[in-house]
Amino acid sequence: MTSEAVNTAAGGSTATGTGADTIVDAGTRGVGANVGRPDGVPKVQGRFAFSSDLWADDFLWGHTLRSPHASALIRGIDIGPAVAMAGVYAVLLADDVPGCLTYGLEHGDQPALADGQVRYVGEPVALVAADHPDIARRAAEAIVVDYEVTEPVTDAEAAPTADPIHPDGNIFREIAIRHGDLDVTGEVVVEGVYEVGMQDQAFMGPESGMALPDEDGSVELFVSTQWLHVDREQIAACLGIDEEKVRLTLAGVGGAFGAREDLSLQVHLCLLALHTGKPVKMVYSRDESFLGHVHRHPAKMWYRHHADRCGRLVKVEARIVLDGGAYASTSSAVIANASCFAAGPYKVPAAHIVGLAARTNNPPCGAMRGFGAVQTCFGHESQMDKLAAALDMDPVELRLLNAIAPGDRLVTGQVITGTFPTAEVIRQCAYAPEPEIPPSDDRRDLPGGSGRTTDAADTVRGTGFAVGFKNLMFSEGYDDYSSAACRVSDGVATITCACAEVGQGFVTLAQQIARTELGVDEVILAPAQTATIGSAGSSSASRQTWMSGGAVQAACREVRTQILADMAADWGVSPDGLVLRDGLVVSLDGQQEALLAQVTAGAGYEADVEYHHAPTEPLDENGQGNAHVSFACAAHRATVDVDPDLGLVRVRDITTAQDVGRILNPTQAVGQIEGGIAQGLGLALMEEIVLDDGLVRNASFTDYVIPTTLDMPDVTIAAFVEEPEPGAPYGAKGIGEPPTISSSAAIAAAVRAATGQPLPRIPIRPADIALG
Amino acid sequence: MSDVVVARSLDEAQGALADHPGATVLAGGTDLMVEINRGLRRPSHVVGVAQVPELRQWSIADDRVIVGGGVTYTEMMTTPLADAAPALAQAARTVGSPPIRNAGTLGGNLGTASPAGDTLPVLAALNAKIVVVGPDGERRMALDDFVVGVKRTSLRPGELIVRAEMDRPAGRQEFLKIGPRNAMVISMAGLALVADHDARAVRCALGAVAAGIPRARVAEAWVAERIDWDNGAGVDDEVAAEFGQRVAAASSPIDDHRSTAAYRRHAVAVLATRALKRAFTEEGAADA
Ligand SMILES: Cc1cc2nc3c(=O)[nH]c(=O)nc-3n(C[C@H](O)[C@H](O)[C@H](O)COP(=O)(O)OP(=O)(O)OC[C@H]3O[C@@H](n4cnc5c(N)ncnc54)[C@H](O)[C@@H]3O)c2cc1C
Repeated sequence: MTSEAVNTAAGGSTATGTGADTIVDAGTRGVGANVGRPDGVPKVQGRFAFSSDLWADDFLWGHTLRSPHASALIRGIDIGPAVAMAGVYAVLLADDVPGCLTYGLEHGDQPALADGQVRYVGEPVALVAADHPDIARRAAEAIVVDYEVTEPVTDAEAAPTADPIHPDGNIFREIAIRHGDLDVTGEVVVEGVYEVGMQDQAFMGPESGMALPDEDGSVELFVSTQWLHVDREQIAACLGIDEEKVRLTLAGVGGAFGAREDLSLQVHLCLLALHTGKPVKMVYSRDESFLGHVHRHPAKMWYRHHADRCGRLVKVEARIVLDGGAYASTSSAVIANASCFAAGPYKVPAAHIVGLAARTNNPPCGAMRGFGAVQTCFGHESQMDKLAAALDMDPVELRLLNAIAPGDRLVTGQVITGTFPTAEVIRQCAYAPEPEIPPSDDRRDLPGGSGRTTDAADTVRGTGFAVGFKNLMFSEGYDDYSSAACRVSDGVATITCACAEVGQGFVTLAQQIARTELGVDEVILAPAQTATIGSAGSSSASRQTWMSGGAVQAACREVRTQILADMAADWGVSPDGLVLRDGLVVSLDGQQEALLAQVTAGAGYEADVEYHHAPTEPLDENGQGNAHVSFACAAHRATVDVDPDLGLVRVRDITTAQDVGRILNPTQAVGQIEGGIAQGLGLALMEEIVLDDGLVRNASFTDYVIPTTLDMPDVTIAAFVEEPEPGAPYGAKGIGEPPTISSSAAIAAAVRAATGQPLPRIPIRPADIALG
Repeated sequence: MSDVVVARSLDEAQGALADHPGATVLAGGTDLMVEINRGLRRPSHVVGVAQVPELRQWSIADDRVIVGGGVTYTEMMTTPLADAAPALAQAARTVGSPPIRNAGTLGGNLGTASPAGDTLPVLAALNAKIVVVGPDGERRMALDDFVVGVKRTSLRPGELIVRAEMDRPAGRQEFLKIGPRNAMVISMAGLALVADHDARAVRCALGAVAAGIPRARVAEAWVAERIDWDNGAGVDDEVAAEFGQRVAAASSPIDDHRSTAAYRRHAVAVLATRALKRAFTEEGAADA
């Protein structure tokens, strides 16, 4: 086995970025082909094994007792009544955590179990393991916790000056971006205050997993997560054992969208398993799931845009406040993103952007698809429309006039060196043919849908447009590498990578890549685990196609090189004249040919690589620096029908164009785009965690509503704008997040266009329109 | 961990309830199982009634529609029941999703007695009598006497909801409901309106905007005098708007996590105005 690091800092060996790289041979099942996903049919038929389906002999059920208070001191806990119940095997408290009590992705400030104090509703306080899930639940209810309730801090703007609710203080991060001449002013100035509610990732498969203890004190955990290795690191620290003693395997994941980046039940399961000596399983209920993971940060944003009389942006000022909730999670990275991308994909010569992520007694907020860019996109796009109105200019022309392009600088001073076809994306989307929406007698096609509230005569139509962008991969100097191994034996390729398949389609793509690189058809994807392979990084930040795709590609190429070198030696020719194709090693001159299965008989060949993206830098005290690897943008045009009297909305069409670099699997690309738009629609019109003094009022799918098929319109993909990205494997950019970033803003703009109301807040509630 | 009896006849169900008067009735389970799964209810005895033929019956007469407690939403949406009680079918269509409509029943909606129960305003507007049987025999009561508070009924231990008997007036029926999305929602405000051309009456009842299911009786009487029953065509826009305001006065909504009192009151007025106009179009008159 060889081990090697591949660095593609300057385009490197992995991609040409010119489009000359062979992508597909149509009709093959390689890269670029419409290969069906192996998990697709089982999922639709209900045969896919999710992490909630795990089973073992003689296992116990775990349950978590959670805080009912947003802020309280714990004066005492009486576990006696729970311990006394028949069928209860363990009741654990903070004192039972053998290692470090706290964990966290960026700052370890979150206790695995509350230690004398609770800081949000839902904070884990005690754990129970019992031989029946209902007994575990009842035992948890029987635990008597003596709380001294204290006044919660629930306003993020007031938090920095309030008494600290955590030893680390109430500020996760303050960031200032100062760019260009801050004294300039524009001839035309528009100002606005915007708000975004707290969205939930609302994945379908609740948190679940199973831990199995080993006699040697190690533990095996099967769990749905986004990043196995970072889970392992945090779990081992809490358990106080070596990382090698914690072995994770990815179990079937029912969606993630950022909500599985932080730990939920991982430490709890391992604690219970090691304590009882038995396998322990946990499955959160839907209600519990809403309390058991982080949400999208709610935002308050003040903006002032300056432009010259022709509409050229002169300066953007913004102040962004994100409510990070009780613990740090990824707040400091989210506020960095929100601030870095606050001005949108535009050329902005001067910018003063101030971002604050504050700690409150609200539920913790962290990663969610779009990661900070969603909130500020709603802000900057609302401002661009306002500016267009002030200039009496077409909003699309205003955007085209200011669209950023390669060679331009972001407000962080970073020069765009990769592809960034913002103007083309705007044009393709905005100038696509108007959707054909035939008049319908069916009230289900109208606002109010099956509720029969609205006739066509009660509606007005509006169209809105928005464009947004964000970074791909982690930023600010973070080296989020990925690892992969490839083995070819008897003509069959086996790929090992710890990349978490969370629904994005990596399992399909990894096989496509191996086929393309090795000329084989059969590719086995080994389970994602921590025992035999290094970290793949997180399935987030639109990064796995690039990073783990890159690792798989590099591992395959390394094996290919080995095989060709040996065959070249055998045949006495140069390896440059040899290729792998159709299960054969062939020489391009047609003189030599061998079956790959024979060449790789037995042990075969293998390679194990680490793949790194080009390094980035931290931001300096003025928020300047080359902090990001690459960028992608998308545009959305929404057409909506609104019933202004009742404030009800039916989105009729979303047309989109997206900067994708290169499409590696068209169906999967469409899936990401449609799904991302549905999530954006949800944020625009309905999805919000409703809080009342820190208490979640709608922790269920009864009251936290997400779009149904009667809410989702047809999605028209006007164009995949394919400009291969230098340095990216096959030139492909991540495509998971951009669909969510600007779709919300486009829908809000369309509702404004229909109603003439300012609507500065999403989600837009019926009362905001009807009584606004 | 519950003791479950699956009854195959009304007698069996009544017998099981007589043995355990505290037993919980299970029909489609779309409310009850949610509560059990959330740990809010832990019944020791359960009597399943989904397979009781007597509860699954319905019948249509000239002036009456009778719907058994075990009739599902899907059945309510199907002809001929749907034609005989159109507002009931419209309300049924707004309930949940197809699987919920296949399992959920009228009796269950009554048993839960939520102000947001979508069939309840229809039953109120159709002057329904709720028929229950129990150890004390049969009782018949108006919806007002059956639903006595938020999720509270006057059902006594051991009693079963057997059927609802409703009017079948000559005239249009309308059910309208507002939720936070276009399908599968808990009502933020709902309204049933029935035109009765023989009685020259309009009946209108409200859902999700009060502790019970209020009938807008003052508004009903007011508008009945302003409709040209003889010619039957259309209603004046101003009358419809004023009717809306008067119906809204019958609501007593609250602020909660689903909506605000102000919006609900406003919405009721809009729904009432629209329902009235729909009920008194020219075709509406022809139907009557
Ligand atoms: C996803 C989902 C969506 C929903 N959407 C809606 C909606 O849009 N509108 C709406 O109104 N409701 C909705 N509901 C609630 C529910 O479906 C209805 O209230 C339904 O009518 C309940 O009927 P069931 O047969 O399932 O009742 P069950 O759950 O079996 O019983 C409900 C209650 O009624 C009692 N009960 C049932 N039958 C009888 C009887 N014959 N005699 C005495 N007591 C009885 C039970 O003991 C229990 O207390 C929804 C539920 C879910 C899960």
